[in-house]
Amino acid sequence: MPNFLKNKKTRRDFVTYGLVVLAFVAVSLMQANHMIPRMIVGQLVPICAYIVMAISLNLVVGVAGDLSLGHAGFMSVGAYTGIVAATSLAEAVPNDAVRLVIALLAGAASAALAGFLVGIPVLRLSGDYLAIVTLAFGEIIKEIVTCLIVGVDERGLHVLFNLTGKLTVDDLGLAEGGAAIIKGAQGASGTETISTFFAGFLLVMVALVIVLNLVRSRAGRAILAVRDNRIAAESVGISTTKYRMIAFVVSAALAGAAGALFGNGFSQLSATKFDFNTSILILVFVVLGGLGNMRGSIVAATVLTILPEALRQFSDYRMLVYAIVLILVMICSNNPTIKGFVARVLPRRRSNEEEVSADA
Amino acid sequence: MSCLTGKSFNPVVNRRSVIAGVAGLGAASILAGCSDGGSGGGSSASSAGAFKVGTIGPLTGPAASYGNSVAHGVELACKDFATDALPLASKAEDDVADGEKSVNAFNSLADWGMQVLVGPTTTGASIAVAEVANSDPKVFMITPSASSPDVTADKTCVFQACFNDPNQGANAAVKLAEMFPNEKYVVFYNSGDPYSAGIRDAFVAKAAELKLEVVDEESFKDDSQTSFTNQLTKAKDAGATMIFAPIYYTPASVLLTNAKEMGYDVKMMGCDGMDGILGVEGFDTSLAEGLYLMTPFSADEDKNADFVGAYKDAYGETPDQFAADAYDAVHAVVMAMEEAGLAADADPADIADQLPAAMTAITVEGLTGTLTWNDKGEVEKDPMVYVIQGGKYVAA
Repeated sequence: MPNFLKNKKTRRDFVTYGLVVLAFVAVSLMQANHMIPRMIVGQLVPICAYIVMAISLNLVVGVAGDLSLGHAGFMSVGAYTGIVAATSLAEAVPNDAVRLVIALLAGAASAALAGFLVGIPVLRLSGDYLAIVTLAFGEIIKEIVTCLIVGVDERGLHVLFNLTGKLTVDDLGLAEGGAAIIKGAQGASGTETISTFFAGFLLVMVALVIVLNLVRSRAGRAILAVRDNRIAAESVGISTTKYRMIAFVVSAALAGAAGALFGNGFSQLSATKFDFNTSILILVFVVLGGLGNMRGSIVAATVLTILPEALRQFSDYRMLVYAIVLILVMICSNNPTIKGFVARVLPRRRSNEEEVSADA
Repeated sequence: MSCLTGKSFNPVVNRRSVIAGVAGLGAASILAGCSDGGSGGGSSASSAGAFKVGTIGPLTGPAASYGNSVAHGVELACKDFATDALPLASKAEDDVADGEKSVNAFNSLADWGMQVLVGPTTTGASIAVAEVANSDPKVFMITPSASSPDVTADKTCVFQACFNDPNQGANAAVKLAEMFPNEKYVVFYNSGDPYSAGIRDAFVAKAAELKLEVVDEESFKDDSQTSFTNQLTKAKDAGATMIFAPIYYTPASVLLTNAKEMGYDVKMMGCDGMDGILGVEGFDTSLAEGLYLMTPFSADEDKNADFVGAYKDAYGETPDQFAADAYDAVHAVVMAMEEAGLAADADPADIADQLPAAMTAITVEGLTGTLTWNDKGEVEKDPMVYVIQGGKYVAA
């Protein structure tokens, strides 16, 4: 065993990476042999995006201990920046893969900026106040995108901010051959879809490496200290706002990249997609997967994205069944009897879980 | 002979068992009723070797009435147009009017073996699905009700059975210029809704060309559609005598009620989204008297009586234009299949390859008029204007 793997936490992290790579290889092989239904194949890109969303939100909620209810807002910022970047560079960068990478970076950068700006006032708050402000942020982003009209022609980008609701795509004054990208309430429509499963897999890996390394680092230990006892952390000279800000901005950037991946996977995307429900959905991934547990977030995001589609045979009752499944999982994963049973069957696991609260 | 022994004739036991039996039957019929109502969501009778028609729409959620109308229209059409050579099977999937879920629904229908898609119902979902349907492996798609030009733009195997928004707006301006050239118009639209805003843009452009006098424009958004008194006051002050309102029937009912309360005597014309205003709960339908609407379908016309009757028998409600457009879309697909000489077991990719050419060659005498298609996948039919008189649509 190489030296660095002797550390228990490092070993756990590498097992997580290994499992993700294994899952990717298995799914790719099955896809190549047409062994999985088209319904799942079509969901691979959104699943990757949701996994990254769950990992990034877990950094804020699980590791930094701040409740954020507006995570879909960052996804939205990233998605629309990514779509605009990908579409406007269609001629300058003909290679889809390169263009997608640029789009992901642009999405991440813009969402990080939004996260930083929101974070300045917001991270001085805590608890309910933070939840309320992030919730409002998500709604504000939705309204802003609804007012946005963006088009591109050979002279560059044209942006209109449609506050009165009376402007249209025609007011952009696009030259011949130009195209509108974001059309106000209609959202982005008619855009090319360039996201691939491989890109999604890479993004999941990058997100995992960033988050796990951040958590294991000096900054990560400070973040954990702020979460566990803010006053004690302050008393030893840790700047609580700074470390919460680090977690918040990294999380926003990853959410932005996930949004760009998601947005470039569909040819139509309206702002209402990233509403309060989406934020809550991602929070559900995190809570069900376990706070601070990245591996759990990945599994929860995957299962809960596929589940409603797999339940289509229940037709009208499928959301009902979905809700029942959610409640059962919540009850079962917190039931002392079941936990005791698991502990008896797997005694080794239990000691592991008690040892580290922010886990791979 | 045990029935002759006194015990089994015990009336108490019998009555109890009868009650239990009736209750059981009742429960069973409720369940059956539920599953009937849900048949839009499930699969309908699919015989082996049938031609598989899929449809997608919001079967649940706030837009469910549109999706269910389309699903019912498709189901009914699949019963009516099935022949021995081309037996039809239909299946509807729910997308809650969301692009992502609609693509999932499309893929799960593709797994079912869908050969042609008649859907999705809503515009945003249709744009997302059209992109997937038009990339390999291709599936022929005709949307009964998605009206944005983006749905069919640059796609070979995607068609529309309804007018697109710019056409509808331009048609409305032409019709109004013929019928009421001297009125002063106010355009009243939902700026947060692409359907409404799309029609408004085209209408305003065409109205300027035709020299219609538009004295005012008022807009609202989804979350402010409970009262229009402010906007109406402004319109009245501007001297408007006729409202052109390309909006859905729910806000339209509020608009008419507000106008009546203000004592503002004004004519009004709407587009196909206005169809259904007579069914709004708690709305005094006498307020809709004299309302003009440009819609492709009227349930009150004699030529549609067979369809309306069959639809009422099957689903217990009057069909709207969504159902009629869906019915016509299936009709068109069946005719185009014959035109192209394709068999019921044809490969979806072959169908997507050959059907577009056949679609441009056929003429469908449908519920919503005489339909032909151009090579862009857009429908060409005559716009029809109705006026509501005595609670019925009368051709204007």
